[in-house]
Amino acid sequence: MKKENFIWNAVKMGLLGGAIAIFICLVGMTEIFSKRDVIEKVITLGQFVLLTTIMAMGFIASRRTSDLFGENRPVMNLTAGLVAGLVTGLILALFVFIGLHVNLRTVFLNASPPLYKLLTFGKGEGNIWPLPLIGAGGGMVGAAFLLLPAIYRGPLTRALLFSFFMALFSGLFRVVMINQKGGIAKAAKYLFGQTGLTWAGTFIFFFTVLIIAFLWNFRGKEIQAGISRLPKRGQLSLRILVFLIILYIAIGLPTVSGPFIAQVIVTVALFILMGLGLNITLGFAGLLDLGFVAFYAIGAYTVGLLTSYGPFGLQHISFWVAVPIAVLVAMMFGAILGLPVLGVRGDYLAIATLGFGEIVRLLAGSDFLAKYFGGPQGIIGIQKPCIGTLAPFVKVDVPRVCNGIELGTVQTIYYVAIASALLIAFVAWRLRESRLGRAWMAIREDEDVAEALGINLIQTKLLAYMLGAAFAGLGGAIFATLIGSIFATSMQLIVSINVVALIVVGGMGSIPGVIVGAIALIGLPELLREVSEFRYLIYGLVLIIMMLARPEGLWPSSAAKRELHHADAENVTAESMV
Amino acid sequence: MRTSPGERLLDLAVSGFLWGFRILIIAAILIGTISAIRAGKYSGDQWIGFVVLGISQGSIYALIALGYTMVYGILRMINFAHGEIFMSGAFSAYFLAAWLNNTGFIDRNPILGLLIPILFAMIMSASIAMLVERIAYRPLREAPRLVPLISAIGASFFLQYTFRGFFGPGVYAYPPIKALDGQWNIFGFGILKVQIIVAIAAAIMMAILFSIVQYTKVGKAMRAVSEDKDTAALMGIDVNRIIVTTFAVGAAMAGAAGVLYSLIYRQVFFLMGFTPGIKAFTSAVLGGIGNIPGAMVGGLVLGIFESIGPSLFLEGLGITRPYQLKDVIAYTMLVMILLFRPSGILGERLTKKKA
Amino acid sequence: MANILEAKKVTKRFGGLVAVNAVDFNIPEKSIVSIIGPNGAGKTTFFNCITGFGRPDEGEIIFEGNPIQRLRPDQITRLGISRTYQNIRLFADMTALENILVGEHSFLHSSWISSVLGLPGVIHEEKTALAEAQRLLDFIGLRGKGDMLARNLPYGAQRRLEIARALATRPKLLLLDEPSAGMNPRESEDLTGFIHRLRDELGITILLIEHHMRVVMGISEAVTVLDYGEKIAEGTPAEIQSNPRVIEAYLGRGAATEGMATAHERFTGIKKSN
Repeated sequence: MKKENFIWNAVKMGLLGGAIAIFICLVGMTEIFSKRDVIEKVITLGQFVLLTTIMAMGFIASRRTSDLFGENRPVMNLTAGLVAGLVTGLILALFVFIGLHVNLRTVFLNASPPLYKLLTFGKGEGNIWPLPLIGAGGGMVGAAFLLLPAIYRGPLTRALLFSFFMALFSGLFRVVMINQKGGIAKAAKYLFGQTGLTWAGTFIFFFTVLIIAFLWNFRGKEIQAGISRLPKRGQLSLRILVFLIILYIAIGLPTVSGPFIAQVIVTVALFILMGLGLNITLGFAGLLDLGFVAFYAIGAYTVGLLTSYGPFGLQHISFWVAVPIAVLVAMMFGAILGLPVLGVRGDYLAIATLGFGEIVRLLAGSDFLAKYFGGPQGIIGIQKPCIGTLAPFVKVDVPRVCNGIELGTVQTIYYVAIASALLIAFVAWRLRESRLGRAWMAIREDEDVAEALGINLIQTKLLAYMLGAAFAGLGGAIFATLIGSIFATSMQLIVSINVVALIVVGGMGSIPGVIVGAIALIGLPELLREVSEFRYLIYGLVLIIMMLARPEGLWPSSAAKRELHHADAENVTAESMV
Repeated sequence: MRTSPGERLLDLAVSGFLWGFRILIIAAILIGTISAIRAGKYSGDQWIGFVVLGISQGSIYALIALGYTMVYGILRMINFAHGEIFMSGAFSAYFLAAWLNNTGFIDRNPILGLLIPILFAMIMSASIAMLVERIAYRPLREAPRLVPLISAIGASFFLQYTFRGFFGPGVYAYPPIKALDGQWNIFGFGILKVQIIVAIAAAIMMAILFSIVQYTKVGKAMRAVSEDKDTAALMGIDVNRIIVTTFAVGAAMAGAAGVLYSLIYRQVFFLMGFTPGIKAFTSAVLGGIGNIPGAMVGGLVLGIFESIGPSLFLEGLGITRPYQLKDVIAYTMLVMILLFRPSGILGERLTKKKA
Repeated sequence: MANILEAKKVTKRFGGLVAVNAVDFNIPEKSIVSIIGPNGAGKTTFFNCITGFGRPDEGEIIFEGNPIQRLRPDQITRLGISRTYQNIRLFADMTALENILVGEHSFLHSSWISSVLGLPGVIHEEKTALAEAQRLLDFIGLRGKGDMLARNLPYGAQRRLEIARALATRPKLLLLDEPSAGMNPRESEDLTGFIHRLRDELGITILLIEHHMRVVMGISEAVTVLDYGEKIAEGTPAEIQSNPRVIEAYLGRGAATEGMATAHERFTGIKKSN
């Protein structure tokens, strides 16, 4: 009986794979991803994605087979993989066949001739037979992967992932490195092709990481043990050294890499600022504030109103004075928006704050309040920061002259952004280790018990809103200055959700988690144009997958980490406990 | 240790603030209304027009709200993706209707031309909702509240941008049904035919739903599960199946609402689910979440308020271009209800009081 | 001896249900008293009224001479009343030490600003707080386990941790809601000794809700019995054990007529040697 079961299982996997593959095509990923190569002139990103789907299905089919039989049976596993892959390929082929005869384009925009061309390798209708074959082969490879001993699998996966990342960013690396002196530029050309990795590059990256990962498997524990045996001073020095290296790179980066990467890092830094702010409200205190973007906007508008040389600027003061004021105003609004919702719980809080956020946005962009906030056109002409003194105001619409260093370009704003992010990360860390931080965590865990232990809920929750708002306001202030203008459309709900997403993906309540989340969800799409097309689609998917697989995040807070550590300690001392 | 004066001040500030907020809103409404009526800018005809639009819009919100309220009643979770289910209904109906229109079918059989897309939309929405439930919600049933909520947000985005990917970012025009053009003369007022048909269709569907829930075995099971999942299971009810059924029924209503919405506004696009989704949720809360008649009442109230609000009190307050702030009215109602009467108009049957 | 707590005609309703009905109740200073009664008798609701979770609809509660029935839970805690819970409500994802530190919240005064700046006052205060937490950890017998997550502690340790956390609020009156639930006889004995220490060494007045008759009768100086929200008996353990109304409430009307001895046996689990 098990024999038929496992084939049927494999067929089911194949059907699923086929559905996913068709989805990828219909949604437009295949076409757009085909514009970028993974390995230059060998395989495109689009093909790679489909191939990965096939191999993944093969792997899963193989695994289910092993589950059914209780052990690995190589022949069965490979057959399962083959069947799964074959079915996927067949479905895809069927799709092409139908598409070439029936005009699906009236409904599905992407079911178009270019797509079929891609899927048939440019040769049109007669050539749909490669698909099932590739499916079968890919499925077997995926299945075979399961059969490898575990010590090989880890390093292999890491090597593949690393090479893949290098491939995705090859364009960027190439652009940055090619402008450097001789040796680096040559290396760039050797490793990175115009649109993907060269063969040489692929080999080098893949095998380097493979060997390193392999060695780590054998020696890694020793190295780690060696490090933890170092005296505390030694460990601290090591960490400081790593930190300094990163700092050195960070400081030198904009001059080396040019404005585009600096811009991306600034955006990431600003989302880190906002993420740290929401991390306090949501990650520490457990209050889901979906109107968070309103505080970002308030910070931005305040700075705009205070420093713009356009007609809406109320005062025309320096950036360095305006920013603290913006932060204070944001804090005040944090209290104002937080006060009414103090007694509201859980899901309702999310919706109530969402409502608030939208009200602020609609009012800011309305014609009704246009004479204060610029209506739909917003506020433009925000003065850049100036280290020095600003010449007195001459006339409207003309920036004031800066007697000193003007931080006018992206590269210079970059330093302000990074410095702010570091500062705020420090503040957030101190807050978490403080009495207030504990009170927040108690509220998040069990609000009623926290209150019964003497914590004043009103004060503590208000502080959570206010401090969260302050951080967001700072982010808004800096960003407004960077862009030079602020519109109501920049305070859409989607920004709040972006911030929630990056905290969740990185790890709620965890400060390194916010950084990881920001890099993953903000930095990566900015750097990869093709991914950016499907940014929110992938967002949504990532959110669901994270919640299903790893709700504590990519870099969870130390509480979750300690849980893993003490699992070992617990086994040792179990008898000593009553 | 006694309460510090600082604390007492804070408590006072909070209550003062909340009261002030209430008074401000009520005053604004009264002043606005009085000045508007005094100014007499709109004729009786126009007011009736607003009210009817409000009723038809409100019925659409009510249909969508049913899905929110039923799912909340059974799972205590807000189905963030419900607005996208509404959107999917509109899209499905659009493609079918466009094809039928091309063959002239709709002009020949207006009634079928209305019913068939609605049926198709209901089937498609229900299927998509069941898929989402299976993948994104079911594994998370025991997780802390925040986790399924975020998964729902993820599902919402995923659906939105999948539709964008499949069908493009453009706006599609839902084919008009010629039989619904024009007005009928009722009691001397001219009222758009479309709006009346929409209101009637919605009312019929709500009636059907209500009878299902009240009188059929499945409906009783649904109510049982939303009261007490565990006991219902002990009574032999297949809780999983009931949950799936609830999702499907709520989604079908939303899908139908999608078609009705397209009939009035004619625009079908991938983001169309967002605002109606939130407004429908507001309606559900307004009427009392978990309460099915409440969702219907809430929808109508919101629809009417939203429709006559701008002209009635916003303009009276001297606000220029009040229709821009139409959504503000809805959001303000939402916030007010959540703050001051979270149990809604008809009362929440599900409040968990503090022990 | 003065009464540390006096409850007068306390009544609490939920819709149509009267959970607590005009209950009068006094607790003498530094005593150990218990409230018992069948399930649903209103015991936990009564606790909640005392601690501020749900205002009584009628009646007064006077603590050390001050009316507290209108105060917020955190205010009541700061006055000196603290509690544990029927189903343990520790902060599961925080360590044992952190749980206790939260209990010390009202005695720490550093503002968040000084915490961020790392002022010496804060550093000193945190050190003192940590030392106090370690001391309490020691007192309940969990020395060295301070960095374990609360959720990873064994059941008995969790119960004791909850008590330690309550002790951190420096209560004068401690309410224990079914502290011996889920414990075996040896553990219950340890608990009884522990409760005595709390009163003898720390001078804390103790109010218990309990179902474990052995614990109740062994430790209490006075026992009050609630049934359907009303007080039906009050007195020493011996008096309560032979009160027919009490037996009837627990075992049903038949039991009272069945034979006092058998009912008594069943009720107290103590076989009368005869």
